[in-house]
Amino acid sequence: MATVASPHSGTAAPDPHASYLAQKGLASWLFTLDHKRIGVMYLVAVLVSFLLGGIMAILVRLELLTPGRTIMDATTYNHVFSLHGVIMVFLFIIPSIPAAMGNIMLPVQLGTIDVAFPKLNLASFYIYCFGACFGLYSMIHGGVDTGWTFYTPYSSKFSNSAVIPMIGAAFIMGFSSILTGVNFIATVHKMRAKGLTWRRLPLFCWALYATSIIQVLATPVLAITLLLLIFERVLHLGIFDPSMGGDPVLFEHFFWFYSHPAVYIMIVPAMGVVSEIICTFSRRAPFGYFFIAMSSLGLALLGFLVWGHHLFVAGMSEYSTMVFSALTFLVGIPSGVKIFNWIATLYKGSIDLRSPMLYGLGFIFLFTIGGLTGLFLAMLAVDVHLHDTYFVVAHFHYVMVGGTVIAFVGGLHYWWPKFTGKMYDEGKARIAFVLVFIGFNVTFMSQFILGSRGMPRRYYDYLPEFTTLHQVSTVGSWILGVGFIVMLVMFIESLASGKKATNNPWGSVALEWKTPSPLPLHNFLKVPVVTKGPYDYHLATEEELSED
Amino acid sequence: MLLFQPLLDAKEPASDTAQLPVIMSSSGAGYDALYYFIYWFSVVFFVGIVGAMLYFVWKYRRQKGVKAAPTKDSTKLELTWTIIPFFMIIVMFHVSFDFYIHNAVASENALEVRVRGQRWNWSFQYPNGEGEGSVLYLPVNKPVKLVMSSSDVLHSFFIPAFRLKKDTVPGMYSQLAFTPTREGEAQVFCAEYCGAGEKPGSGGHYSMGAIIKVVSQAEYDKHMQEISGPGDKKPDEWGKELVQKSGCYTCHSVDGSAGTGPTYKGIFGRKENLSDGSSVDVDENYLRESILRPNAKVVKGFENGNMPPFVFTDAKLDAILAYLKTVK
Ligand code: HEC
Ligand SMILES: [Cu+2]
Ligand SMILES: [Cu+2]
Repeated sequence: MATVASPHSGTAAPDPHASYLAQKGLASWLFTLDHKRIGVMYLVAVLVSFLLGGIMAILVRLELLTPGRTIMDATTYNHVFSLHGVIMVFLFIIPSIPAAMGNIMLPVQLGTIDVAFPKLNLASFYIYCFGACFGLYSMIHGGVDTGWTFYTPYSSKFSNSAVIPMIGAAFIMGFSSILTGVNFIATVHKMRAKGLTWRRLPLFCWALYATSIIQVLATPVLAITLLLLIFERVLHLGIFDPSMGGDPVLFEHFFWFYSHPAVYIMIVPAMGVVSEIICTFSRRAPFGYFFIAMSSLGLALLGFLVWGHHLFVAGMSEYSTMVFSALTFLVGIPSGVKIFNWIATLYKGSIDLRSPMLYGLGFIFLFTIGGLTGLFLAMLAVDVHLHDTYFVVAHFHYVMVGGTVIAFVGGLHYWWPKFTGKMYDEGKARIAFVLVFIGFNVTFMSQFILGSRGMPRRYYDYLPEFTTLHQVSTVGSWILGVGFIVMLVMFIESLASGKKATNNPWGSVALEWKTPSPLPLHNFLKVPVVTKGPYDYHLATEEELSED
Repeated sequence: MLLFQPLLDAKEPASDTAQLPVIMSSSGAGYDALYYFIYWFSVVFFVGIVGAMLYFVWKYRRQKGVKAAPTKDSTKLELTWTIIPFFMIIVMFHVSFDFYIHNAVASENALEVRVRGQRWNWSFQYPNGEGEGSVLYLPVNKPVKLVMSSSDVLHSFFIPAFRLKKDTVPGMYSQLAFTPTREGEAQVFCAEYCGAGEKPGSGGHYSMGAIIKVVSQAEYDKHMQEISGPGDKKPDEWGKELVQKSGCYTCHSVDGSAGTGPTYKGIFGRKENLSDGSSVDVDENYLRESILRPNAKVVKGFENGNMPPFVFTDAKLDAILAYLKTVK
């Protein structure tokens, strides 16, 4: 691509061999076209959102410590759990791995200088911020109490909260998501280094590629749905209002037509991160590279066909439920293929248990539980009882947190030396991992039982018989919270006084570890030519595997 | 599905297990069998996957001088772990769907009860036209069909002891069919989020419950008698009881304070200003209309109260009016 803009702005041309962090000053960040800096800004933004959403989560769990009122009234509780959902989904998880981590790593893994459209990339970040401002505005002016699902007619006619700005926020952020998707697709197609064939593409790139396809195809549906909801609320058009001939269930269909694929926007890139981590720390090429790559595309495709499983008890016809149940089961196959291949990759590897790998293995553990409990919900008969109970809450947290968040954090540990040029304290990292892992399981394992015993979700109050399990869950949330605080402290210490990272601290043969840490302005000191696959450990020389 | 027939026919246990509450309906035992089948299937899979992972992590931990073996892909293996799970899910899908369809059909002579969800309570109407709120009596071992709808937002009628749930949608009827098999009380929850009242204690999604009392046929018949007539009560006493049971007090006070709706204190004969600017004297006809079609005339200042329409027989309405006249 001859038209690629220079990834740096400013008048005096900086040294392309210097670190991308070398330039100082606020303007050098705000007007940057460098994918790494945009990625870092995204990273900061999603981490702040994660903190906010996390505080909401702690508050929700705290309120549920005792039946009846613990710290807030019912209306406040409804606002808090809604904000928790909206923030975590739209502000944190969806952009977390693709827009923040992918932005930094994709061009590096492709051996190129930047994404295909750097200006679009910066625009997508500002659109995200603009959307987030709407979200903030909504939070200040009444918040939302509709849940992140905005079901009609509650959201269109009954809720007194600031629904419109919040929907506006999600609507606007959708554009940022689409632009990132378009950008990544073009980048993967057009910007690969010489010799980087499709079959040598790192699995993280395959995952981002599959994710981008979903982002581009599914997000417009969300946009239209939210727009219709705004019209409905402002103009009372009656699209979703039965008293005017509309249909509230139609909204559920529209909403999940996006939001189920969105689950794959969240999980597929996480799987990409895990594939990278497992290969690096086993020093072994992935078993079934082709199948792992294709299962990402398979998930992306299947993801579009299963939205109806959210409506099994909403009054669909028996035949539609049958089709959706069958298709939902199919999702198990590509997910299973990935897990089996990861396990087979470990076989006869040379496995090193440093912190990124702990998260990689933790992911397999937690995601397997998330996936298997998905089978309960895919089974029509079984879902009837479990639908809209804590079982579902536990299931999707195992996928979303046990899957995506764990992979995101694992990726952060993995690429941290590349991003910052600093190492972190491995001891603290392991303590944080253990706390997060235990805290997470305590919080959500108990919720499976709460759900199967009949506790519905989104309840401010509960029957006395559920008290113990709720309390176990709340205590778990504290352990989880402490784990994240230890991690935060560890990362801040690393920034302040971390040891300098070598180019290749993990002894990986992948392209991104052959260039300096932190990344140089143009990603590579000289234009790379790829002659081997990213996981060809059996061809590697001692020097390539060296960690210094 | 001969293989799984025993599963669908399962009768016991009826008591609650570690993961599931007590069973009170015909489909419950089969449900639990299905649930534990998939549960143990998952446990085996999970132990296999995590066991293999941990074993490899230990066995192939990094050691000096030992290199990872080069990866040799095996299409055979890939196909194996694609195709075997494929057949497994076909079986699972089939069993579960069979069970679902089997239970979705109501029997011919089912007792048909109407269920209406409104924020934040449930009301029921028996085949004889009588209605009540918050409690539903059902005779044991008799097939039941619930025909359900909602007056405002989405709700979901969830009875854990029956292992059943169905959303109630405004403007649409949904159904549940089952046979209660055990006498006792079954808790009903609303499982679809429906908000909460602004004032403390005004209820919300979390308090939108009801109790299903499964009783003997004789007891059921007796209860039907009780709710359809005054028994030996005076009309205004009966009216008071009806008002109480229908949940009118959640919105209306008798002490003169305004709730979600105007107070009953001194209601009869007072002059009421309406939202369209006109005014009206409260007499029998106005009261009747206010209860059966609340939106026909809306009291000024209470435009957002959303009183749901109620259905009462004439005898009951008379009793309620008799009661309202006594509130001074
Ligand atoms: C959800 C709250 C709610 C419930 C439950 C409710 N009402 Fe009302 N009611 C209102 C509101 C709000 C108004 C005033 C608006 C209107 O006139 O429709 C009202 C008005 C009335 C009026 C007219 C009062 C006047 O001063 O003109 C009567 C009579 C009445 N309700 C009777 C009943 C009875 C009897 C029941 C129980 C069977 C009942 N209501 C249950 C909210 C409720
Ligand atoms: Cu889904
Ligand atoms: Cu409800």
